[in-house]
Amino acid sequence: MDEAIVLKYEISPDDFTRAGEASSDVKGKLKQLGVSPEVIRKVAIAMYEGEINMVIHANGGGITVEITPVQIKMTLADVGPGIPDVEQAMKAGYSTAPDEVRSLGFGAGMGLPNMKKYTDDMVIETRIGVGTTITMTVRI
Amino acid sequence: MTVQELLDSGMFGVVNVGENLEREITVPFCCDLLSIAMGRAPSGCAWVTVMGNMNTLAVATLTDTACIIMAEGAVLDEVAMKKAKDQEITVMGTELPIFDAALKIYQAQQG
Repeated sequence: MDEAIVLKYEISPDDFTRAGEASSDVKGKLKQLGVSPEVIRKVAIAMYEGEINMVIHANGGGITVEITPVQIKMTLADVGPGIPDVEQAMKAGYSTAPDEVRSLGFGAGMGLPNMKKYTDDMVIETRIGVGTTITMTVRI
Repeated sequence: MTVQELLDSGMFGVVNVGENLEREITVPFCCDLLSIAMGRAPSGCAWVTVMGNMNTLAVATLTDTACIIMAEGAVLDEVAMKKAKDQEITVMGTELPIFDAALKIYQAQQG
């Protein structure tokens, strides 16, 4: 694995039946590359939370995953409504998810905190009415 | 105790037999809120829950859960069932409450 491997995914809006497919695919690819199970678990959890967020809040979006021998970098970009108060959104338990989403067992306000917990670095760039880009890195 | 041994014990009904049956079960884990399970389900756990939608299966796969036990007579919906078969995830079922089901697994693990 000398050069970076780049994977790209489109996330469909409002489609919970497909949420998790991109993360599962990345998980499978990392397994083939011989990445350790702990690193795979971190990437899978962080990316799935991001996917779910894009489905719930942002009308879908795109995810780019770059795999190098030293790290896995995930860039999640959407053209959704943006996050008005990032600090508040980062608080465990704070959620703006609709009831329909909660009835599926999500929307407990753990998404962004979980993403931060399972990655070594997370940067949120957001603009109201323009969109949000979250970059997460997990070191191998 | 492996997943196969749990299946063979007859403790729970068999809903779907998946792959990797020789895998050792690390610990029973109880949770119905997928947001929490996503961050907390230990790798290799036997996850006891009443939440039977397809996202349960996605969370199980991504957290590396060994098998799922549907408690309180809860069932997988149609889409979830298909996903369990496609992704080869072992799912069992019981009429027992969540705690009782998890305790049985724990006691079996202690031998």
